[in-house]
Parts: sequence; C-alpha cells; structure tokens
Amino acid sequence: MAETLYVASRKGLLTFRHSAGAWHLADTAFLGDPVTAVLPDGRDGALYAALNLGHFGVKLHRSGDGGQNWEELPTPAFPSAGDAGAGADGPSVSLIWTLAAGGADRPGVLWAGTIPGGLFRSDDHGFSWTLVDSLWDRPERAEWFGGGYDQPGIHSICVDPRDSDRIAVAVSCGGIWLTGDSGATWRLGGTGLRADYMPPDRSDDRVTQDPHRLAQCAAAPDTIWCQHHNGIFRSTDGGDTFTEITTAKPAAFGFAVAVHPADPNTAWFVPGVKDECRVPVDRRLVVSRTNDGGASYEVLKDGLPDEPSFDLVYRHALDIDADGRRLAMGSTTGNLWIGDAGGSRWTSVSSHLPPINQVIWAD
Amino acid sequence: MPRVSFTGNLQRHLSCPPAEVAGETVRAVLQAVFADNPRLRSYLLDDQGRLRRHVNIFINDRMVHDRCRLSDQVTDADEVFVVQALSGG
Repeated sequence: MAETLYVASRKGLLTFRHSAGAWHLADTAFLGDPVTAVLPDGRDGALYAALNLGHFGVKLHRSGDGGQNWEELPTPAFPSAGDAGAGADGPSVSLIWTLAAGGADRPGVLWAGTIPGGLFRSDDHGFSWTLVDSLWDRPERAEWFGGGYDQPGIHSICVDPRDSDRIAVAVSCGGIWLTGDSGATWRLGGTGLRADYMPPDRSDDRVTQDPHRLAQCAAAPDTIWCQHHNGIFRSTDGGDTFTEITTAKPAAFGFAVAVHPADPNTAWFVPGVKDECRVPVDRRLVVSRTNDGGASYEVLKDGLPDEPSFDLVYRHALDIDADGRRLAMGSTTGNLWIGDAGGSRWTSVSSHLPPINQVIWAD
Repeated sequence: MPRVSFTGNLQRHLSCPPAEVAGETVRAVLQAVFADNPRLRSYLLDDQGRLRRHVNIFINDRMVHDRCRLSDQVTDADEVFVVQALSGG
C-alpha cells in the first residue's frame, strides 16, 4: 500500500509518510504559499508543484529528488493578444488547476489545465509550454462560463493508459472534450449529462455542462466516472456518453470522485448539500462507495467525525492508491484522513492543516 | 538614470536588488531590469504584459495610472518603487 502522500494546501506542499504504524508530517515545501496542484511523475520520479502566489502570480516548480530541492520552471502562459495595452482583455493564467502526465510512452510530456480554460502541453518535462490552440480556438468556448471561479477552467485531464493520444478533458463549465490524436482535434463528449442550472430547453446542452471531476479506471479506461454539479454519471465508452446514477446516498452532489484502479465498478464520492451551501448532509461527513457500478451505495463513516462537520472536500482532494485499498481525503477545514480497507475504516491524520486543495499518493 | 527598487516580499522568491537603469517610461525601466533578471517578469506582469492586479508601482510618491501599457513617464531623477498591494494576500 502507498506510504507517502502529498498534500497541496493553502499554506504549502505537505508530505506525509507512514512509519511505525502512524502518519506523520515529513516535509513542508513552499511554506506560506498556496499550492494548487501537485504531480508526482512515476515515469521519472520528478515532482511538480503549481503555486498561486497571491501577489506575484502563478508559478511552477519541479523537483528531481522527491522534494528536497526545487527548480522554478516557466509557467504555462497565453500568447500575447497584441501589443502591450492592445491586449487589455487578453487572457492570462490565473490558476493551474491540474497537472497530468502524458503517458508511459511519452516521457517528458505533461499536460496542464488552467483557469481561464486553457489546456497546455509540455514536451520537455515542463521546461516549456504551449497552449493547445485546437481546443482554445473552438467556437463553442464562447459558451463556457465559470463555475465557482469567475472564469471557466480545466480541472480534469484523463490520459488513456492504452493510448496516450486519447485524452478526456473536463471543463467547469464547458463540458467534456475528447481527443484521439493527442489534441490535434477535439470532439464534444458528455451526451447524457444534465444541467438543471440551465434553462429547461438547454439542460442537455453538452457545452455548458459542469463536470466537477472525472475519474478514469486505469484497468478499464473506457469507464469514466463523473461527479457532476447535478449528480453522478458514468461512461463506459470513454466519455462520449454518460448514464446518470440515481442511487447515490445521502446525496448525489459533491466535487470529488475516485475510482478503483482495477475495478471500474468501484468508486468513492463525498456527498454534500447543493448548490452553494456545500456542507456535509446533516453536517455528518461521510464517504459513499459503490461496488457494483452504481446499482447501490454504502455510506462509510467509521472513523469520520461524529460531531457536526462543515468539511468540504474539493475535487482533487480524494485519491485512491495504486492497490485500490487505501484512500486519502483532505478538506477545506484542514482535516486530513486516511481511509484503509477501501474506505471502510478512516483515521484522522491531522485537524490542524491549512485548507486542502489536493491529495495524491506518491506511489 | 531612474532608480528602481522592489518590495522585500519579492526577495523570498527571487533576488531583485535595487538598480539604476535607463528608460523613459515604466515599461522601459522594467524591460531594462528584466533583461538582466528575466524570471522577475512573470512576478510583476501577467501573460499580456499588464501589471499584476496586486502589485503596485509608484514613481516617487505617485502611483502609476497606466497599468496596462505602463506608459507613465519616468525621468532620470525619479525613483520607481515596485510594491506589494495589501490586497491579494
């Protein structure tokens, strides 16, 4: 099972390790700085951390030694929209929302999803970045809008482990976009998603859907789970079409989803109260799990707080390890839990952390 | 030449000592600094070359007006202060 966990928090990148039967904070990097995304790259052992400095902008750092030493990299940036001043309305990256490795057969290829909704590619381990024009220039982008943040953003990038050219990207709010040629061309997926926040005649409009998070099964990549603003959906054709799962309890609203790496029918969610309330149902934090593709759900709460809770688990703050047995979960109120036995038994690691943006296992 | 100095809060991220550089506008002054310190650019300006929202620049005791083109005039006798806004933290 995984023994090292990275936590991207409002006040730095925290590394937790498991030893002698307990979890402890082993390292803190970028103390005081908001870390918005972290990527341990299993292909070469590199570690990437995206920062959002309150005054001085978005930054990206890389470590080749597990976080002991860091090197600042160029940041994904939009091309100039014109001469200085003429580009007054031109885009500028305000957040790196997610980082993804480009596939086992593409060493050095990285993808970054940003706010506003830019997808960026690096072919050299992050030392240079290029905006993926083919998605940015889609005319449908004019219909995208912000969800939570003022501007739309890309938060999920799923690279098919069978074929690195096949990628699914999710935009809040701009739907699910699919490519089969490594981003040269795109098609709009997400048939079957439903947006109650739109006028009734446009609720099935694929381009204004708000997928909160996608999770792709490593062993069965055609299965993609989607925690959507309006519920839980599952695709078994790589993201083209989705079926709504209506059995979730205690609620179908949430942000995070994790899928078992070997079993596409097993997935975890953290239910909450929609829309803007965003607290646990009845203020009792639980995790819900299905083991049968969404036909039924279990509510997991052993080890989670018995007292009223206001914890919100962001979309990147739930992760399952490579064995499919150990989960990690972090909340906006600075709680961190480890869920062993597939989430049947939770252990509080700390209740005193900064707000948590992301948790991810190192191995 | 105008003298330009930077908030101490930047020093936590990268070195940017005070400098005397040629330039008749804020943009020209900054470009001259960036020529020797290219990393600094993204800390002060966004992707489109605009002054970041939570960074302020003063020419002596006057805050610059043009945050987009950075066209405010600078003379050889001026001091340019790059400061951290109290917003944005």
